[in-house]
Amino acid sequence: MNEITCKCGHVNPEGTELCLSCGRALTADAETKKTSDVMRYEGMARRSQTYKMSVIDKVWNFFSSVKVGVWLIFITLAASAIGTIFPQVIFIPPLEPPEVYYEDRYGFAGKIYYVLGFHDLYNSWWYLLLIAAIGTSIIIASLDRVVPLYKALKNQRVNRHVSFMKRQRVFTEYTVQQPAEKVIASIGDNLKKRRYRIREEDGHLLAEKGRFARWGPYVNHTGLIIFLIGGMLRFVPGMYVDEVLWIREGDTMPIPGTKQEYFLKNDGFTAEQYTAEEDSEVFGETINRVGAIAKNFQTDATLLKREEGTAIGDESKLTEVESHPIQVNQPFKFDNFALYQVDYRQDEIRSMSFDMVNKETEEALGSFEVDLFQPEDEYKLDDEHRVELMNFYPDFSGFEDGEPQTASPVPNNPAFLFKLYSPEKPDGEVAFIAIQESLEPLGENEFALKFSGIETRDVSGLTVRKDLTLWILGLGGAIFMIGVIQGAYWNHRRLWLKRTEDGKLLAAGHTNKNWFGLRKDLEYAFNGTGLAQPKDHMEENLNKKASGDVKEEKNNDTTS
Amino acid sequence: MSKRKKKRLILRISILTVLIAAVAYTLYSTLTDEEKTLVKAGDNAPDFVLTDLDGKQHRLSDYEGQGVFLNFWGTWCKPCEKEMPYMESQYHEFKDQGVQTIAVNVGESDFQVRNFAEKYNLSFPVVRDAQRDVYDAYSIGTLPTTLLISPEGEVVDVVKGEMTEETIASYMEQIKP
Repeated sequence: MNEITCKCGHVNPEGTELCLSCGRALTADAETKKTSDVMRYEGMARRSQTYKMSVIDKVWNFFSSVKVGVWLIFITLAASAIGTIFPQVIFIPPLEPPEVYYEDRYGFAGKIYYVLGFHDLYNSWWYLLLIAAIGTSIIIASLDRVVPLYKALKNQRVNRHVSFMKRQRVFTEYTVQQPAEKVIASIGDNLKKRRYRIREEDGHLLAEKGRFARWGPYVNHTGLIIFLIGGMLRFVPGMYVDEVLWIREGDTMPIPGTKQEYFLKNDGFTAEQYTAEEDSEVFGETINRVGAIAKNFQTDATLLKREEGTAIGDESKLTEVESHPIQVNQPFKFDNFALYQVDYRQDEIRSMSFDMVNKETEEALGSFEVDLFQPEDEYKLDDEHRVELMNFYPDFSGFEDGEPQTASPVPNNPAFLFKLYSPEKPDGEVAFIAIQESLEPLGENEFALKFSGIETRDVSGLTVRKDLTLWILGLGGAIFMIGVIQGAYWNHRRLWLKRTEDGKLLAAGHTNKNWFGLRKDLEYAFNGTGLAQPKDHMEENLNKKASGDVKEEKNNDTTS
Repeated sequence: MSKRKKKRLILRISILTVLIAAVAYTLYSTLTDEEKTLVKAGDNAPDFVLTDLDGKQHRLSDYEGQGVFLNFWGTWCKPCEKEMPYMESQYHEFKDQGVQTIAVNVGESDFQVRNFAEKYNLSFPVVRDAQRDVYDAYSIGTLPTTLLISPEGEVVDVVKGEMTEETIASYMEQIKP
């Protein structure tokens, strides 16, 4: 069976609950169902419920089900909640490998957590699949409902069958003395003033207002889908960049994520604090209580651009674009990129100064400075004294087979192997110098080097960010909200008036929410007609139950 | 099948196809996120210019027609230090067969690099990438990393970590013109 023929003669597609023409209930099921449930989609057949199914139809039907959608959302919610039990991978100590960290720290549960991908939830494949399934469900379920609903509302007839009207929550049968046309006309005029659209056919009337509210959920879902598309676009190369740039004062470095097109020069980093003297009025008390309060973190930076057609590595062809300070929450913006001040390291050693002295007489013979980032082969103190730098170990970590070792290229613990030349020792004396460690590996020396000074500089930690998807997310969010407002603040209200052949007048009303509002409209409409306004049966029942305690209608009979 | 149903089926298939394609793409890019920016086998090696210790400029594209054994290293890095002498001996073996060796030091001072090159008597070009420009462009990551570049300028392989003398020889064999 593919079609249902109604008693009125109209042929409806299979799955239809209320005849599209007259509104009679077509199935025993629809007869017994709550009116609000049937009216939600105007008794239309959901597009997918029907005919013989191919695989495509089965997949389609699966996603068309609201029950499935709710389950998907619930599962995603549960997974997201579980993802907060242990820290996400970006929050664990940076040098710890996650495969070890979770098991070590949290035992077996931690291992499961890691293996199942809860540690990096937003990037685990099954979580993405869940989100994708929700997106698919939203699209298919909406399509399956909005199309029939639109058709039903567009083609609705004025004259409905008595059984349809009797089923409505607001319904009254009147016996009218005066001519029914006059009453209908008067009600129609009144409702026009309330901005209802009035249609009349063969003396029957349909007044309707706010049909637009019925599209709210679908507008809302469109916004959601646009939002999801925006999120997806982040994976398209060039749309989204989130990188870290550590840059020392004075250095020029390529800005990651710009394909080596842009460089940044760090002209200096400043960290300021409020002082108890200068800012005593505002901060004095707090400073006394908690100590230092940060005032400003700032990197003064210069942006450089590599000339087009220049090969990577060629640093001679950089042109200055702009100088700009970068403060917390005050990024340096250029070409869709933004540089944010997020971190700093203070006082990294940049250079060290030494004095050459005669050990016995303590006579100073001159001093020199070693730039740790550009050490020289030899430092001349005067015509007779010079120091040769034999080797340099920026991050001295001890000896191995008598050879000094360095753990990294960062000058955390600089050490030097020097050779000191003097007229007394023309062949030179070897000295090994590290912080708080001084060795004379080849025998007692006559001359020594003493630390005389240190120069430091700061390192700025910046975030490089580019996000071309923001406007799409904004647009999706805006449409989402428009849908919510549309569905929440407008109601679809209808009134049917029908004249029967035995001279009776039937009035039935329906709204998708806010029955109180509908009743107020009807009160206004029936004013002056000599008829009482149609009764809201649900309201009546409630009042009976609450024994005189007047209550607003229950929320669960809103249909949207 | 009626015309309407046929139309509906086609519509459903196309919508599902678009959705599946979008999901597949997103999944693929998430799971390969780490490697996306990496220069990898099959890519064209980005051209660069760097200066060696004698002040001579080396441009990668100038070596077209020769295989290039491109090694990224640091003086502080033990495995780099260990494989240097092997590279030196294999360089002599292969340089007349059209395989050039270039060692790119990442971000260290002229003094340290020169000192190191002298210690190991390196005769192939040792260039300095002071601003880590090339290192970034090739998204190297850990040291040592070696790229095998074919005479046509295509990356044949990216080798992470230490190499033995034998593997170095076999790699150079791979990129002989």
